[in-house]
Amino acid sequence: MLDNLLPIDPEVAARIEALDLEFNKFGVDPYGIDKNDLIRFVSAFAWFYRFYFKVDVYGLDNVPSRGRGILVGNHSGGVAIDGAMVMGSMLLDAEPPRLPHAMLDKFIHQFPGASQFMSRTGQFTGNPDQAKRLLRADRLILAFPEGARGTAKLAKDADSLVAFGTGFMRLALETNSPIVPFGFVGGGEALPTVVNLRRLGRLFGVPYVPVTKWVFLVPKPTRFQLLYGKPMYFEGTGHERDEVVGAMVEQVKERIGDLIRQGRQLREKQISEEDLVL
Amino acid sequence: MKVLVTGISGSLGRLTALRLLQHGHQVVGIDRRPWPGAPEEVELFQADIRKRPAEEVFRTHRPDAAIHMATVTHLVHRSPDRMRVNLYGTRAFIRHCHSYGVKQAVFVGRHTFYGAAADSPLYHTEDEPPMSARTFQELADLVAADLYAASALWRYPGIATCVLRIVYTLGPSRHGTLATFLRGPNVPLVMGFDPLIHFIHEDDAAAAIVTALDHRLQGIFNVSGPSPVPLSTVVRAAGRRPLAVPETLFKLGLGRVGLPSLPAGAVDHLKYPIVVDSDAFRLATGFTYQFDERETINSFRRAQ
Repeated sequence: MLDNLLPIDPEVAARIEALDLEFNKFGVDPYGIDKNDLIRFVSAFAWFYRFYFKVDVYGLDNVPSRGRGILVGNHSGGVAIDGAMVMGSMLLDAEPPRLPHAMLDKFIHQFPGASQFMSRTGQFTGNPDQAKRLLRADRLILAFPEGARGTAKLAKDADSLVAFGTGFMRLALETNSPIVPFGFVGGGEALPTVVNLRRLGRLFGVPYVPVTKWVFLVPKPTRFQLLYGKPMYFEGTGHERDEVVGAMVEQVKERIGDLIRQGRQLREKQISEEDLVL
Repeated sequence: MKVLVTGISGSLGRLTALRLLQHGHQVVGIDRRPWPGAPEEVELFQADIRKRPAEEVFRTHRPDAAIHMATVTHLVHRSPDRMRVNLYGTRAFIRHCHSYGVKQAVFVGRHTFYGAAADSPLYHTEDEPPMSARTFQELADLVAADLYAASALWRYPGIATCVLRIVYTLGPSRHGTLATFLRGPNVPLVMGFDPLIHFIHEDDAAAAIVTALDHRLQGIFNVSGPSPVPLSTVVRAAGRRPLAVPETLFKLGLGRVGLPSLPAGAVDHLKYPIVVDSDAFRLATGFTYQFDERETINSFRRAQ
């Protein structure tokens, strides 16, 4: 593969080795994660995470260091930079490192290259069966309940929240998994969307094509705030009525909105780290 | 126990027959193809499962159990006969089992039943519907044969019917879908895609079939060996050179310019994984595989 050309960062390699994954004789885990590919991809990504962007991460201890869990947060900024930064914080900052499995939009695996990359790094199309299986195997799931509606926010709405899907809550209830809410701030600054071209998107097989202030889809170097809140536990079977689940989802949404507000205040230097209520 | 095996001359059929003999069973075989050098203990009848002579074998031998392997699975085989063999053959098999007092029937199916798609989950469980028929019409007859065989569970409750959905087999015989695909020195892959491939050593597959019989298994079970491996890794480990071809060129070139002659629907199977959960089978039988992923590929590689 082409990624054989990428250099290896020894620190990243050590962190990938420390992941709680079982690799077979070919260095592949039962879900297709390739250790060597992961080391090379994350080595390259680490530069973007640390130098091109800068992520101020708070409350990393709120993410369980082992066992199942669902990271749930807000989307913004045209493409899922937020997802990549959450990945970065879990792989490059968390002790011990963890590899979250993001639940992707269906279109991603239809693209050559993207499909191969996502498959070798454990990123699957969001699918209840897939998510349930991963949670039961005590993995960490990453979900953006706003979906593509979330990334489609225009720059001025970047800190707002649109309607949440309820699938993640039913999963949490059914598999008895804690939900770790997180707020991500700065996506709208890195890629300020002016308009989304939906028809052009349909032509390419994506939900939309975002057009930024500077037209191109290149994020500018940005400092982000990423705030992980205390894990939330809900009790139930996952087969409750929609209103019941909806009310629980609303609690998570409020919590995420609160984390975004604090992140924004932190970004504007209106509060300091000590003032945070995570 | 007297066991009748249809499709006995195929590579998996032979291995299964030999294993049945080892386990002290009496083996009767039916196949259109000959089996030169078959062990003397095997009573071989060269017949078509759909025709009267095959029924005569059931009638005169009255087997206690029967294993149905007479399905045409090679993707390259596109004759109209294929569908008739797979569907009418399966119907004849189940009918004869019912008419001639067979107590146990095993249908050997394929994991490709579940189909490959961008949004299908890894690790299919037995209750999932077949999605392959949607994108891959050439597989529709195998899916139908699988479902038809399973219908014997309620149609003829007196027969302990077991449907096995076995992953790709690989081994020294160099037969089977995956082995055929890996035949040449250069193996074309669809650029930008690298699905996990779930395979099992052919000896382990034969062992699983005999195990299902020994446990009087009833129901539908996925059968797999070691955990899956990316296709490009399989290709390299088999000593082949992977050749990434863009999808449009791949589809245009099927059956030409050195590309394999596959139906267009098969391309999805080179893009997306079909991986099965075989916990139910392991739990019911205690089955464990003998050959891990590397040993399995090496046994195939060394045999050439």
